[in-house]
Parts: sequence; structure tokens; C-alpha cells
Amino acid sequence: MSGPLLAVREARKRFPVRGTRRWVHAVDGVNFTIEAGECLGLVGESGCGKSTLVRLVARLLEPTAGQILLDGQEIGSVPVTEFARGPLRAAIQMVFQDPADSLNPRFTAFDTIADPLARLGGVKDRRTQAERVAAVADLVRLPDELLGRLPHQLSGGQQQRVGIARAIALSPKLLILDEPTSALDVSVQAVILHLLVELRERLGMTYLFVSHDLNLVRLISDRVLVMYSGVIVESGPAGEVFTHPYHPYTRALISAIPVADPGGRRERIRLIGEPQSPVDPRPTVCRFYGRCPERFDRCLREMPALRAMGTSHEVACHRYEGGSR
Amino acid sequence: MTGEAGALLVVEDLSIEFRTREGIVRALERASFTVGQAETVGVVGESGSGKTITAHAVMGVLHPAGRVTGGSVRFRGADLLALGEEERRGYCGREMAIAFQNARAALNPIRPVGRQIEDVLLRHTDLGRSAARDRALELFARVQIPDPPRLHGAYPFELSGGMCQRVMIALAVAGSPALLIADEPATGLDVATQCAVLELIEELAHENRMAMLLISHDLGLVGERADRVVVMHAGHVVEIAPSAELFAAPRHPYTARLLATTPHPDSRLADLRPIPGSVPDLREALPPCRYRYRCERAAPECDEPPLPRVEITPGHFVACRRPL
Repeated sequence: MSGPLLAVREARKRFPVRGTRRWVHAVDGVNFTIEAGECLGLVGESGCGKSTLVRLVARLLEPTAGQILLDGQEIGSVPVTEFARGPLRAAIQMVFQDPADSLNPRFTAFDTIADPLARLGGVKDRRTQAERVAAVADLVRLPDELLGRLPHQLSGGQQQRVGIARAIALSPKLLILDEPTSALDVSVQAVILHLLVELRERLGMTYLFVSHDLNLVRLISDRVLVMYSGVIVESGPAGEVFTHPYHPYTRALISAIPVADPGGRRERIRLIGEPQSPVDPRPTVCRFYGRCPERFDRCLREMPALRAMGTSHEVACHRYEGGSR
Repeated sequence: MTGEAGALLVVEDLSIEFRTREGIVRALERASFTVGQAETVGVVGESGSGKTITAHAVMGVLHPAGRVTGGSVRFRGADLLALGEEERRGYCGREMAIAFQNARAALNPIRPVGRQIEDVLLRHTDLGRSAARDRALELFARVQIPDPPRLHGAYPFELSGGMCQRVMIALAVAGSPALLIADEPATGLDVATQCAVLELIEELAHENRMAMLLISHDLGLVGERADRVVVMHAGHVVEIAPSAELFAAPRHPYTARLLATTPHPDSRLADLRPIPGSVPDLREALPPCRYRYRCERAAPECDEPPLPRVEITPGHFVACRRPL
């Protein structure tokens, strides 16, 4: 297959503000691609639109505008309800943030994993189902004796294994991981991260990994997108974005990562002011203007577009006109 | 882990049980630590380690299902657990205050945030109504809330998570307490906001010579901000040491594994080693060392009670028979 597995073009999503004629611009003209077999990280603070963006890609939300192409096929225009029943539902699956909230409390682990097999995979025969569930449970290392348990009888790590098993039961092409470890303790987080890396290698899946923690994204992703207030402000290879960030927001994010080692504490970049409201933002102002320590008058007149900085690194900031610092 | 003379807060052998339908949870067992004047002490551990209930017990706001079964909490020498309700309340706000985790949920949802600050000021200071309002606006400005007069009348649901956190901190420091307990003050915030909130607390503590108990599951965060760190596991204090020493040379096997599983900016995924097993069920009969079944260094001697508390170097305490 030539071309990327997923291509998102000028995706937009607006939500009406109740009782007004105003709109929240949650995702505002986002472009990106994911190659087959790649792990793309998506980083941004809460409220930046990253969850909306992945719900558009997962076809859980209708985009206001733009295209979403899976293997070259436009899926963004397929209505959400139709997509949920169509053959492509199995190709894009999602692991949610809080496993306790995203598992049906009345479904045993077995039922949860068997559900997509029956609904989307046509596996209705009980014996085949049991075999398939056992195989998937084995992949995520969920012990057989836990399959009969309800979510509240499982630990957080075990719950998330069930969530992952459900998502990979039909071998999706694209697996979207929305903060899959943020509700877990660090020791469990490490286990889940190792499991995800192993599954990707074994099953040849493609990941879109979402997190507010750039340090975590760096560990697992090949490339990273940094999102701020509905737009992508920087993208590039994970290691490079981490070691040589350009955008003031990316730099602030990295400088704010806590470092226990007293000698390793780096200079902090302080963000000023408050984020701008995502409600009808002025189209000519950089979205980061309100908090940017390096803003200047041009940032008020013109919204910066993504520009190439070297081969695969891009940044949307007027400070980097002409490809240099 | 024993009280040093002159410490502001001395928690000694504190044990807490919770009665639940599934049995008695021994949530805290003989926990001891101190907080000195103007000192920042971090408390770290996984969920269920007893961090929050320790804080609640110190503040006297333990959940009704919880019961202190032993030990003492002394503040400036006075045993808080022996005081009556009214006397106890005299300590809250002025002497010690807590910034609860999940600020949006902890704030009163149907009272404007400015009024909530005024309520605290009216109770704990001699200020009158209009002076309290002025002071509330000053506090808002101090915690870097933009446009204090406008946000004074805002309700918590109208504010971002970071703003709610700032209101919570303003509430906690309104009575100029000598000790601030900050329970996961930055959890749920993005790193940039988290950093700003912590720096703010640090500045306030420094300005007012305020001591702080900084509770977090994030080792990196605590190590960076605290003078000393208390490490908890399954209701036990397992190690106490000055921050730099704890990170350079942890002596309890649990602390070492917790460090090895926490990502830092230079680690690779392969470096992150999960801790074997999980936190034990505190309703069941447990060995003297509650880390025993997760520990690689465990030996038969670990089953001999009691759990030791060794001062391995001055100021560095370890609850382990086979420390690193």
C-alpha cells in the first residue's frame, strides 16, 4: 500500500455555545498523516482539542469540515451512526483514558472482549468466541481466571488490559490510545507502556498516542504533534522535538517537566497570562499570543502557519521565519 | 522517624483503620514523621499508600468510616488527637490549612469563589466585611488570578482547573497558616500550569516562612520541591531522607524500584522497570513488612515482627531488615 495509513486534511470541529450564536473552535484546521506501523504522539494540555481531534479520527464525532482518509478512502463524510455499523469500524479502535469509566460495569472481562468479536467480527459461535477471547487475553497477559470478573473486581492495570484487549480483538489497523495510563500508578504505567510497545511489534498496528505528558509521548512515539488551542503548533520526530523544540509552548512544556535530580533542574520558561478563549477566537491572532513570553506585534496581526524547519520538523511561530532561530 | 525537638508537626506511630462492608482496612500502621518550621516535606507513594488519609488525620477531617487506633499528632507540642472538637478547630485555618486534591470538586459549587475566600477570612481573622473583600482581591492577585474583581463573583464551574487550583491555594493560605498541607496540588493540570502552581506555593511558603507537607504520587515533582521526602507503601512509612540523598542513594528496595519505574527526561522505555506484584489488600492478614511479597531482597528474617525503623545515616530512616 502506498501513501499514509491515515490522512487528516483541514479537519475542523465547532461546538455551539448554548444560548448564544457563538462557537467553540475545538479543532481548527488540522492536517497530519500517520504512516502504517508508525506511532504518532499527540501532546497538549487539557482543553486544547486533542480529545475532540481523536474522536473525529475515531469517527465518534462528525467533523464540521475537512477530510479524514483511511488507506486513501474518505471516511470523514460517512455519518457516525453508519460508520459504527460499517466494516471500517473494526479498522479504527480506541483505548480510553479511565478504564473504570469506559468498561461496562455489568459486563465481565470476557463479555467486554467478546462484544466487538460478535458485533463487528461476526464471531457468534460460543466456542470460537471463547477461543478468540482467550487468545486476545493471552496477548495482553490477562490471566484466564480473571475473564469472569466484573470491572470493579479488577485492579486499574487489569481493567486497562481489558480495555486494550477489547480494542485489539479485531486487529485494527489504527489504534487510538487516549491517555491510556494517566489514571494508573507509575509502576502500572510502566507495565502498560511495555505491553503497548510489544503489541505494536507483534500485531503490526499503527498507534495514535495521546497524552498531556510530553515525556511519556517521547518514550513511545516515533513522531509527535504538539497541539495548542485547536491547532498544531509543532510537529517532528519525537526525539528531535524533545531535544530541540522550537515553539515557545513546546519549550515551556519541556522545561516544566519535573526533574528530581537537583543538578538536572533546567531553566524554566514561564508562561504569562491566561490562555485565550476558544470561543470564536480572532482568526488573525496567534492562538498562543495570550501566554507567549516571546510575542511581538506581528503575532497580533497574522496567525502563523506551520513552516518546515529541516526535513521533517515543522513549527507554527513567527519567531522562526526563514527556517532558523 | 522519631520526633525531633522543635519540630512544628510530629506524627508518631499513627495508625488508622477503616470499617467497610468487606472488612477492616488497616490503612495506616504506625506512621511517624516530622515537619520542621518552614520546612517542605514531600510525601510520595502509589494510590492506596495512605498519603491522603494521613493528611486528613492531621487536619482532623478524616472520613467518618475511619478511626485513629493509635499514635499521636502533635502540633507545636499539643496533642491534636486529644483535643475536643472546638479546640481542634482553633488550629484549622490559622495554624494549619489544607489544599485538597481536585480543587474544583473541593470548592463549594454554589458559592462565588470570592465569597468562599471571605468566609475563611471572616472566620479566621479580625477583618470586617469590606476589609475581607479587599483582602480576598489581594489574595486573588497574589495567586495570579487575572482580573480579580471579575473572578471574585465567578462560580467554580466557570473557572479552568488551573484557576480552581489557585482559588484553593488562596483559600488555604488566607489565614496565614504555619503549616500548609498540599494534597496533589497539581494533579490533573498540564505540566506548564502544574509548574506555575507549584512555584506559586513555593513562593508563598518562602515569603511567610510557612512549612509545607507536599503530597504527590509524582516522585520527580516532590524530589524537586521538597527538603525531605517521606516514602509510603501500603500504609507504612518505608523511608525518610533528605531529597538529594533519597534520589542519589535510596536504601529501601521499594523506593529504588519506584525511582526505576518513574520516567525522567533522559530515560528510555527499556529503562523503566515495573515493580513486581501490586499493593497488597489491606483487609487481609499482612506480614510485618507489607512490601515483602513484592520485594526482590525478601528473606525469611523479613517475617519477624516488628517492622524495623533504622536510622541508617543521620536523618535517613529505613523500615527494612535488608536495606540496599
